[in-house]
Amino acid sequence: MNLFLSQEQEEIRELVHDLCLERVEPRAAEIDESAEFPWDIKELFAKNDILAIPFTPEYGGVSGSALTLIVAVEEISKFCATSSLILSVQSLGSLPIWLAGSEEQKRKYLPPLARGEQLASYALTEPGSGSDAGGMRTRAIKHGDTYVLNGSKTFITGGSVADTIVVFARTDQDGDTPARNISAFIVEKTMPGFKVGKLEKKLGIRGSPTAQLFFQDVALPAANRIGDEGEGFKIAMRVLDHSRPGIAAQALGIAEGAFDLARRYARERHQFGKPIAEFQGIQFILADMATQIEAARALTYAAGDALDRKLPDIGVSSSMAKLFASDTAMRVTTNAVQVLGGYGYLREFAAERMMRDAKITQIYEGTNEIQRFVIAREMLKEDA
Amino acid sequence: MDLSLSPEQEDIRKLVRDFAQREVKPRAEAIDHRDEFPRDLVDKAAELGLMGMLVPEAYGGAGLDHIAFAIFIEEVARFAASTAGILDVHGSVGTEPILHFGSEEQKRRWLPALASGKTLAAFALTEPEAGSDAAHLKTTAVRRNGGYTLNGTKIFITNAGQAGLYTLMAATRPGAGADGITAFLIAGDNPGLNVGPRFKKMGLNGSAIAEVHLEDCLVDERDRLGEEGQGFRIAMQALDSGRIGISAQAVGLAQGALDDAIAYARERQQFGKPIGEFQSIQNKIADMAVKTRAARWLTWKAAALCDAGQPFTREAAMAKLFATDAAMEITLEALQVFGGYGYLEEYPMARRVRDAKAGQIYEGTNQVQRLVIARDLAPAR
Repeated sequence: MNLFLSQEQEEIRELVHDLCLERVEPRAAEIDESAEFPWDIKELFAKNDILAIPFTPEYGGVSGSALTLIVAVEEISKFCATSSLILSVQSLGSLPIWLAGSEEQKRKYLPPLARGEQLASYALTEPGSGSDAGGMRTRAIKHGDTYVLNGSKTFITGGSVADTIVVFARTDQDGDTPARNISAFIVEKTMPGFKVGKLEKKLGIRGSPTAQLFFQDVALPAANRIGDEGEGFKIAMRVLDHSRPGIAAQALGIAEGAFDLARRYARERHQFGKPIAEFQGIQFILADMATQIEAARALTYAAGDALDRKLPDIGVSSSMAKLFASDTAMRVTTNAVQVLGGYGYLREFAAERMMRDAKITQIYEGTNEIQRFVIAREMLKEDA
Repeated sequence: MDLSLSPEQEDIRKLVRDFAQREVKPRAEAIDHRDEFPRDLVDKAAELGLMGMLVPEAYGGAGLDHIAFAIFIEEVARFAASTAGILDVHGSVGTEPILHFGSEEQKRRWLPALASGKTLAAFALTEPEAGSDAAHLKTTAVRRNGGYTLNGTKIFITNAGQAGLYTLMAATRPGAGADGITAFLIAGDNPGLNVGPRFKKMGLNGSAIAEVHLEDCLVDERDRLGEEGQGFRIAMQALDSGRIGISAQAVGLAQGALDDAIAYARERQQFGKPIGEFQSIQNKIADMAVKTRAARWLTWKAAALCDAGQPFTREAAMAKLFATDAAMEITLEALQVFGGYGYLEEYPMARRVRDAKAGQIYEGTNQVQRLVIARDLAPAR
């Protein structure tokens, strides 16, 4: 057993850390305030091969290791959760192609994503189909060699800036019954009939555009279908098993960023003649934060290792990591605001932004209630 | 990173799981209800070579790492935390100080006997007035011709009365705090060492925990462990790795409680279906499972750092804090899943709750763990 990161992973961590400290942290408050997608950060990540981390060298990438990606997302998130989503969503949007795409699809779509020339996105959720994919309404009807795509998607992270979007749609023919037959398709933003709707105003991750997407008679070549017809749901679930540890990593990074802030403040802030870090009331908060972060990190890295080693129980490992790390991020950021007292409540300090950003990690890529359900179902299986 | 167990660790897990299932599980209830020291289980563990896991082969041990040791303690604690505690104290704080600070002569004298299980070990630091504040010991060790005379009282000593060896801390320079403390190796049959009656406790029944009285206890110079004044460091280092074992014990308690809760949730029918199909029960099981796994990783992380010779004080404190708090929470939740049956002593759920509480208290209360962590994180400038 080896519980330590490799030298290469440590080096990537340091590189990402230093870059983000210098270039991302000074932008984080502005990005939040303006709620605009940070194209400059995207360029920075592209130029420094950070967007190439999710991809293997044969498709123009530099790694392809889930654990390495986790480490990078964690580092970015310490400074700016919005910016970490540029990398996470690049991975999420390309995973269906990487996991289930044809060789031709991989060669066509992955290298420009790895170079950061293009951005990817992943469109599963619909207004009536969140945790329950059976309610999906978007449909792709086959006519000869072409599918005609109609419907809409909601809550699509990066949907308005993406060049390549993997869209899930039902391919069964019958009207109002629950979706039985879901397939995955690659949609390019230039395709006629594709339209970006309004961008949502959000509590946090405000610089990451959350879009509604509309598809009106979008003609998709059959060559853009990923995997077989009807395989879409399986692909979607496999992708989420791979991507949830990324959310865990984001949550972990947010928690670490908030903890660093609280620790620094506690050592500097004097009350009653000494730093508040010398009062047990504050010490215990810091100790609990650090312990929970350590536990979250252990679960998150374990999920990354399980992915890299292709272990069978990856669904449970990734759900556990996501559940625990996101709950930790919420608790740690809330307590960081508390340690900073009145200052923590001000926009001028990063703590309140981190708290707002943390909340999303308990919700997206499967609410934590769904994670608990997934974990318990596995645990309660007769053959478990 | 590769979190798979090594073949050696897998073998150990198989061996200790089998030992726990076959020998410990059937005895657990009787040990608890009769509060009887499980000498038979100690002997069986000795037969399997499990009493000297951390002792190098050159001294008759198995020469294994702390992850293997943690697996051993966890597997035993799934069924009987008190037995796990006995084995842990022996193998960890009872044995490791000699491994790290003993002279060659001391190692040759004690380690083979400890590793074979012929001699059981105890660790004596805590005193009635020196609990968390362990630097201010009242037990004194006064130099005399060729050795020391010890006087004082130790309290909460696990394996008291059963042990053939006590690694004991006393003040050679009273009033000098941590710098005045020295460690001694005292044989169980030393006439100056007397053990009080076993305490009646909330849990960990079967584990012999008592006071140890030193009345003009004569100890040879050669039985001093390390240098004079080194005792506090020896004790703190022992407690650091001791916390790995305590964490593993807590993980075992949690895993045992979780296993039973899952089995019960599958079987117990209410409103026409197994209660495991209700989300309120599912949520409990999910949270229990996540915390148990996190606690295990923290424990193994501290163990791995320890084995790699890196600093691990903070990580061991985190593992101890997290795992024992998790075990308390999880054993209570598992009892709740069992409902009224969980409250009966007929099932192991109530016993686990009683046993888990000790984990939050001994080898440094969880309040002390938080102080250790906080000081390490934000030292005063």
